Amino acid sequence: MLKLIFNEKNEKFIVPLLSVLLGFLAGAIIMIITEINPLEGYGALIKGVFGNPRKFGEWIVTSTPLILTGLAVAFGFRTGLFNIGAEGQFIVGAFTAVAVGVLIELPKVIHLPLALLAAALAGAFWGFIPGILKARYKVHEVVATIMLNYIGLHLINYCIKILPGSTSTKTGKIFPSADLSSHFLSSITGRSRLHWGIIVALIAAFLFWYIIERTTFGYELRSVGFNQDASKYAGMKVNKNIVYSMMISGAFAGLAGAMISIGTFDYARVIGSFENYGFDGIAVALLGNNSGLGIVVSGFLFGALKAGSNAMSLATVPKEIAQIIMASIVLFAAMNYGIKRFLLRLRKEVK
Amino acid sequence: MDFMQFIGIIIPLTLTSAAPIISTSIGGLFSERSGVINIGLEGLMVIGAFTSATVTVLIEGSLQGASPWIGILAGIIASGLFSIIHAYVSINLRANQVISGTAINLLAGGLTIYLCEIIFKQQRTLAFLYGIKKEDIIGLSKIPVLGDFLFKGVHVTSYWVILIVCIAWYIIYKTPFGLRLRAVGEHPGAADSMGINVYRMRYIGVILSGMFAGLGGSIMVLTQDIQFTYSTIHGTGFIALAALIFGKWHPFGVLGAGIFFGFSEALGIVAYQIPFLSKLPQEFFLAFPYVLTIIALIAFAGKSVGPRSAGKPYEKGAR
Repeated sequence: MLKLIFNEKNEKFIVPLLSVLLGFLAGAIIMIITEINPLEGYGALIKGVFGNPRKFGEWIVTSTPLILTGLAVAFGFRTGLFNIGAEGQFIVGAFTAVAVGVLIELPKVIHLPLALLAAALAGAFWGFIPGILKARYKVHEVVATIMLNYIGLHLINYCIKILPGSTSTKTGKIFPSADLSSHFLSSITGRSRLHWGIIVALIAAFLFWYIIERTTFGYELRSVGFNQDASKYAGMKVNKNIVYSMMISGAFAGLAGAMISIGTFDYARVIGSFENYGFDGIAVALLGNNSGLGIVVSGFLFGALKAGSNAMSLATVPKEIAQIIMASIVLFAAMNYGIKRFLLRLRKEVK
Repeated sequence: MDFMQFIGIIIPLTLTSAAPIISTSIGGLFSERSGVINIGLEGLMVIGAFTSATVTVLIEGSLQGASPWIGILAGIIASGLFSIIHAYVSINLRANQVISGTAINLLAGGLTIYLCEIIFKQQRTLAFLYGIKKEDIIGLSKIPVLGDFLFKGVHVTSYWVILIVCIAWYIIYKTPFGLRLRAVGEHPGAADSMGINVYRMRYIGVILSGMFAGLGGSIMVLTQDIQFTYSTIHGTGFIALAALIFGKWHPFGVLGAGIFFGFSEALGIVAYQIPFLSKLPQEFFLAFPYVLTIIALIAFAGKSVGPRSAGKPYEKGAR
């Protein structure tokens, strides 16, 4: 056991694991301070995820968009870009999928893929803007994407209202031919809202891995992420790679939006503030070590937290504890330098 | 509505909308000038707004009119303390400052609503009776014409904030402390070699940012709202960040940018009464400051404006 912990090669797993443990510990401490029994709270959480088939289905539903926004943020990270704009790309993608679903009617085999493609393209476009701003004008992508998040939020709220068939709060329903939902999946999980989106997310995770690890293009992206100057010297087109990377990142986030708008629901609605899917993606990417498989795992973990938090609130634990735990995990994952130093000291002492 | 009437409405409204933006932005200025990027301004505002609203609600039964002012003080202290997390993680542990700031935002959003549930058994605080009321500024409101527009029926906090900008300018550009703060943000290695304690200066910068963001959040909830909810701050912290960039990291630039963004917000509120503006959708005004910031960023392109070492952890002995 000790050998496992102290082997430096295992740090890749140990640091995220420790972050999760510390995150849950922080959640427990907050519950204790506010006079709630953490065992009861976490018990409710586990029941909220595995209690019955329906809850299990809802867990997968909640995890699906998180995996995709996680992939979006991670793709940026691998290229040395911080795509804090997944939130905006998510919103733009969600709306575009619905717009395709509402405005035209086609056979399902064409309509559904078209709606998904439209969402990905819309997200890619929303990622293209900060990409080109960075490549051409050296505008920092963090600032540009924050601004674009809000522009996206307000622009899409406006678009939702003017779409034919919309009310002042939401769009009309999409044609069933553009709907991701599935009677079959829903019926085997006790009539949850489980839809085909999880397949899309898993394919996306595979594509992520394939692009990053197995293509020359991915190699170039990673190389730009490590060292821009060296990559330029090696003859890579750094600026072009930055734009492409932001676009692919945006495409993942746009797809995540479609998971909600044409998967979990069948309409888009006007929102007053962000729903945090994009920001949660930062947590998912960080914890998943920016790797395809890691993101799927951490997406399911955070999905469990979110899905289970509703059950916790029934057990008199306010459901915001989930967000607190997530934030703590991000904080601890960001502290990996501190955690590594701590492990190093521990190693020395044991020796 | 004639023009004078419009001016009479828009000026106080602009001052009210601008105050939280400017205060928070000045906070961000202290942090970034010391070399620590603070994306967590939004979260720090949320903490300030929650604390001041809660304290005001809890003590107004016994202290009445004095309670919002004590609430503000509590908000400033709470946000100042909360910002220490960001300081510790990004200065001592050398974490990515943007990630740490994002975590602060997430944490603040969750923690405040959680505490609302614990204290008030609902997702928001109770409504407070004693917010900050509009009043006439003694003396200045007697000035003919100008007094009517600028100093009648305004929130006194707006003028506090303008005073704070002047003080911040003096501190940053005219005192040894300010010089050290800027040095640490530009070239921490050089500052260190001159005997300046880089970590300490950065801690001060971040904690000041927390306190000013707390003030901004407190002012916002007590002047523009009747209680604290999850949407009380709705992105003002990010507008403050935009104002900081738009104002080129200079206190008076921040003041100008803040007033401009406040004006655009105020315009959005009264637009439905103005013939040629009422045709534009509300969303246009909401998105306006952000679009403008992107345009400004393009205009600044290639010129080095921000503090040079902002975002880079300082490591003693690193080359």
